[in-house]
Amino acid sequence: MCALRGPVCSFLTRLRRILRIVSERTIVSLIFLCGVSAVIFVFGIFFFVFREGAPFLRHGFDAKEFFLSPDWYPTSATNKRYGILAQLIGTGTVTLVAMLVAVPFSLGAGIFIAEFCGKKTREIMKILIELLAAIPSVVWGFIGLMVMNPLIIWLTGAPIGLNVLNAGVIVGLMSVPIIVTIAEDAIRAVPDTYIEAAEALGATRWQLVRKVILPAAKSGLLAAVLLGVGRAVGETMAVLMCTGHSINIPFDGKAPFFHVLDSVRTLTATIAAEMGEAPRLEVNADGTFPAEALHYQSLFVIGIVLFAVTFVINVTADLIVKGIRKRK
Amino acid sequence: MKNHGNTKNLFAATELINKKLRAQRIVKWIFGLMSVAILIPLVGLTTCLIIRAWPSLTWDFLTDVPKQGMRSGGIWSALVGTMYTVTFSLLVAVPVGVMAGIYLNEYARDNWFTRIVNLAVVNLAGVPSIVHALFGLGAFVVFAGLGKSILSASLTLAIMTLPVIIVSTKEALLAVPLTFRMACWNLGASRWQTIRTIVLPNSIGGILTGIILQVCRAAGETAPIMFTGAVFYKAVQRGDLFPYKPTEQFMALSYHLHTISTQVPGVPESMLYATAVVLLGFVLAFNTIAIVLRTRIRNRKKW
Amino acid sequence: MPETGSIEIKDLTVRYRNKIALDGVSLSIPAKGIYAIIGPANSGKTTLLKSINRTIESEAGVSVKGQIFIDGRNTKRIRDIYELRRRIGMVFPLPVGLPLSIYDNVAYAPRIAGKHARSELDEIVERSLRQAALWDEVKDRLKSLGTMLSGGQQQRLTIARALSHDPEILCLDEFSIAVDPVTTMRIEDVLVELKNKMTIILVTNLVQQARRLGDLTCFMNMGKVVQVDETEKMFSDNPGNQLTYDYVHGVFG
Repeated sequence: MCALRGPVCSFLTRLRRILRIVSERTIVSLIFLCGVSAVIFVFGIFFFVFREGAPFLRHGFDAKEFFLSPDWYPTSATNKRYGILAQLIGTGTVTLVAMLVAVPFSLGAGIFIAEFCGKKTREIMKILIELLAAIPSVVWGFIGLMVMNPLIIWLTGAPIGLNVLNAGVIVGLMSVPIIVTIAEDAIRAVPDTYIEAAEALGATRWQLVRKVILPAAKSGLLAAVLLGVGRAVGETMAVLMCTGHSINIPFDGKAPFFHVLDSVRTLTATIAAEMGEAPRLEVNADGTFPAEALHYQSLFVIGIVLFAVTFVINVTADLIVKGIRKRK
Repeated sequence: MKNHGNTKNLFAATELINKKLRAQRIVKWIFGLMSVAILIPLVGLTTCLIIRAWPSLTWDFLTDVPKQGMRSGGIWSALVGTMYTVTFSLLVAVPVGVMAGIYLNEYARDNWFTRIVNLAVVNLAGVPSIVHALFGLGAFVVFAGLGKSILSASLTLAIMTLPVIIVSTKEALLAVPLTFRMACWNLGASRWQTIRTIVLPNSIGGILTGIILQVCRAAGETAPIMFTGAVFYKAVQRGDLFPYKPTEQFMALSYHLHTISTQVPGVPESMLYATAVVLLGFVLAFNTIAIVLRTRIRNRKKW
Repeated sequence: MPETGSIEIKDLTVRYRNKIALDGVSLSIPAKGIYAIIGPANSGKTTLLKSINRTIESEAGVSVKGQIFIDGRNTKRIRDIYELRRRIGMVFPLPVGLPLSIYDNVAYAPRIAGKHARSELDEIVERSLRQAALWDEVKDRLKSLGTMLSGGQQQRLTIARALSHDPEILCLDEFSIAVDPVTTMRIEDVLVELKNKMTIILVTNLVQQARRLGDLTCFMNMGKVVQVDETEKMFSDNPGNQLTYDYVHGVFG
């Protein structure tokens, strides 16, 4: 087989083996490096967002004013103020409306897909929901702007159709796919033995769902809703285009409910809209920053707030989902 | 037991059973209608968009560059920019994501470290796109000194799409039975040889599906490219395939749709709709390819 | 040149987390011939096989103590464990055809070892398939998928694959579980033929199979070796150990 003489041949085989081992080691270490990259990136995100926002935290930051004041005047010439209460409430109200729209429909659809329809229908539904999930958020924003806006004006007689209701419905539709998918998984994760036992006792499908499946899938459904909330809080382009973008708290102090026809502004939209105009200024010679630099930095601090909120939501939802898997 | 032996009565519907079945039917209808309701927007809005876009949907619209301050012409500059960023971001995200998926499914042991990595993947997937944008601005544009450019935007998109590629790779690998791996190990194959010869060839379809889905996501995202490289307008030759250098700023379809619909007054309505339809069509077409691919893999089982 | 294929196991203890799978097992398996291992479920037979080719170490939460010598060489000292695994053929209870063609299934191990010459591979494939009594059934469709064969054929394919790198030791773990009786008989004939060339370790839960094939028989229970002896003695009316007698005659197990 080996055309070469003995020692040369054995040297070549050994060389080939060493080469193989070296290349394999290289690949395996590369794989390991990529594997831990996710951890590096999560820390990287936190680090770099924090790094840009840090000067604001050291200088102009006052936690009480930042979270509890509705005055957001970062570009005011005389009196710059950085309060994000209005944006917090804006994000909160849009998310609330979105969940009011999305949760009942999504859970209904999740139950239908998991328990009431045939295999073929399920396949088709899942494909359509996947396509729904694929629509880019800027297209949703466009729909809110061009379709929902006149529709709301026509239906309610409001002067402007870009408001909490508009953004809530759009963001609600955007959160539907993730809630349906997770909810369906949770329902289908209910052990077959429960279902068989109930069916053997003569329960109809609906009784089964109401008395056995929903209680058993409760925490999974909660996780589904949480992930929907996470999606809604982090949504940017659609709310930027649909909320009307005015700093406003949609309460009038009388009714316990807020005005869904008021325009608001969210945390995400604030960053998206103002980052383009906020200059990144270098530090002065004496270690202080020019006052105009705080605007840019404060937007990063809003980013930190968003990161923290979604971090908590995602970890909680993940723990719930993991718990279900383990039990199963 | 009065009716004992009377089989007719034993299975006859009683009032209670009728009530039960009626409730069942009603509930089924309600849930069914809810399911249809969430899908109406998909079908209804798509149709609505296409109808309104129709007058502008021409070949010229795709290949021409914007003219007269975006109020006429086409979307070529934006289309090419989107292709560039998507391609560059995949070049980074696919190798890293696939290898990370391989690590998590094939090498990682069940310990605290692996749990942290998995948690990081979940979190990365949940970080809002605007925070990714801030990260891209802080890390690539400012810190790495890449400036606002195709490179910065692509890297930002890559990190955003990474977790989904990791998860879909992991799932595709998981579908290959463990017994195949054991058989190979027993034949003297190393882990990597096993992965290369048996595991990857049998999961490549699933991995590919995940990648195609990421193409859609990367193409549709707007927020992450807003501060990292996308610009309002850039002069480009009509039909030019290589108009941008990687270090230059660029136009992107998603950002273009945002600017012309919110910041440019007087754009003909059908042009706005046409831009939305092209973006939507691009995304849905790729998604459909991925779904068809996945169905075909599922039907062609090798074991 | 001394005969190759002898195994010496010294005080082998294997733990899965807190559970003891093998408890101080010492065995001396001579080269060539069929060495049958019998015992009830969970007696550590499979763990023993996995310890021999060191695949056990890649499982989670396993700790291994003790030594195994193959031809006098401590397996823990062998740096290239892949080389070690190539010297040992392994066949597990459920047949596993790799999702490759029949030809590629059998040529898998030689290729991994760096053999790529077509003529050489052809020769190996034919020899291995013949040894596993599968050649006549598949010689006309070597390109079709190995996973599409019937269970019995797949098990013989698995054996052919295990034989493809010309091992000195062949371990079979309850190979007849997923195989019909006729195929079992054919494989048994194959083993009898092969036993002059290599050491065969046959783990089985069918005591009669051990009786038919084994030159030596080892009885294990609860991770310990109860008795090792000539097969005839083990199955006689007086094996010298009450537990062995009870198991062999179906009192428990």
